[in-house]
Amino acid sequence: MSDDSSTDLRKNDGQQFGRLPETDADRTVEGRVSRVAVVDYFEDRFAIPPETFDGYTFWEKGAGKIWLYSGEADSPLEIEAIGMTCLRTRQEHWKPTTDFVQRFGAHASECVIDLDREAARRFAAGEDQELEWDGDWGYLIAAHTVAGEREPLGIGLYVHGELRSMVPKGRQRVL
Amino acid sequence: MEPFERYRPIIDDFEAFLAACERPLGNAVRVNTIKSSPERATATLEEDDVAYEQAEWNPRVLRLETDSPGSTWTSFHGFTHGQEEVSAVPPVVLDPQPGERVWDCCAAPGGKATQLAALMDDRGTVVANDNNLGRISALRFNAERLGATSLAVTNDDARNYSMKRFPFDEFDRTLVDAPCSCEGTIRKNPDALDNWSEGHIDTIAGIQKGILRRAIQTTREGGTVVYSTCTFAPEENEAVVQHAIDEEDCRVVDFDLEMEHAPGLTEWRDEAFDSTLEQAARIYPHHNDTGGFFVAKLEVTA
Repeated sequence: MSDDSSTDLRKNDGQQFGRLPETDADRTVEGRVSRVAVVDYFEDRFAIPPETFDGYTFWEKGAGKIWLYSGEADSPLEIEAIGMTCLRTRQEHWKPTTDFVQRFGAHASECVIDLDREAARRFAAGEDQELEWDGDWGYLIAAHTVAGEREPLGIGLYVHGELRSMVPKGRQRVL
Repeated sequence: MEPFERYRPIIDDFEAFLAACERPLGNAVRVNTIKSSPERATATLEEDDVAYEQAEWNPRVLRLETDSPGSTWTSFHGFTHGQEEVSAVPPVVLDPQPGERVWDCCAAPGGKATQLAALMDDRGTVVANDNNLGRISALRFNAERLGATSLAVTNDDARNYSMKRFPFDEFDRTLVDAPCSCEGTIRKNPDALDNWSEGHIDTIAGIQKGILRRAIQTTREGGTVVYSTCTFAPEENEAVVQHAIDEEDCRVVDFDLEMEHAPGLTEWRDEAFDSTLEQAARIYPHHNDTGGFFVAKLEVTA
């Protein structure tokens, strides 16, 4: 936190993409998380191997909104989008996006809750449901079995015996 | 259908063409190989009892027998993307390779841009541009749903596109899927001809020429540019390519297309086109029971 109060750190510019610093020590923008912190979060929470993200860069545009990109770009960059939004930081509990979970969630082996087809249907429709889960509370990857393999559905929030679907409205489907 | 009378002299079996244009189009989807193999996608459809038929020219294109292709597990997971069968042709003709720098200059709503990313195994850079900010949100939504991480989305006029924002000076390949009079979408949009006029066609052709010229200028020597439209009008197709080969360093090249099509025209009314334009493809609705399309492949020569 001492870094954040230092006067030589710039304010985050919400209109442009800024590449995440490798570590906190490399930070030049106030409050910006590091690549290491993001990769560590995905490993600590979901056991996604860090090497999954070799070849990808992480960027911030908008306060705390983290983007993941595999193409070439200079930082800072003022364009509409690069790659996909993957994580919301600058809040107490970081929150992965449903699109990220669908794309990379197959690499996860912890905090994944397996749903049967009916529960998967309700999750995809955006419904909350009471479910047994004896792991950590908080953000979980909801998954079900498709064509014989586990397939992530999206991000859910598990609290007080209830799984809340965090699938954004535009991505919800009645199946 | 009255405007189509002008094509009677250039379309074989014109009555079959008109009859096909009257029939509504079925639902086609493209398998998004960023998230699923064709085998997994078809197994998922079978699990859901959704009948499908694989296109002969491309096993990644499926014709679905359902009225709601968006309400399937394959769609929810981004294994498939609703995309007209002929609209999957231009990216295949462009043939981008993993690691390349590719520009899709009129990219919204993103079906072809995400197909380019998939053909590149989502490795490299696909710059997906569109001048219409309203359509950029659909492009972004589709890119994220399909898990394309190699897309960079820009909102500019392709005709004077600046390369300054990128750490490279030129593209390896460029797709110009140009805004057009959309005659070939008549089976999907019965009102496609409502505002049809030759004056409108001439206006659009001017824009198309500007975009194609800029695409050639920003593509490296030896690189490839594919020009496509979903319209039949020669003014928007062969005449635009002719203008490009007259004004820029490029030539028309041949390509394989394993679906029925007619060659590009070498004359239209009182205008003659270079004989190489025969290597372009005109896909008519009665050929493969699809929408209509025009595709030309260009090699940049300097």
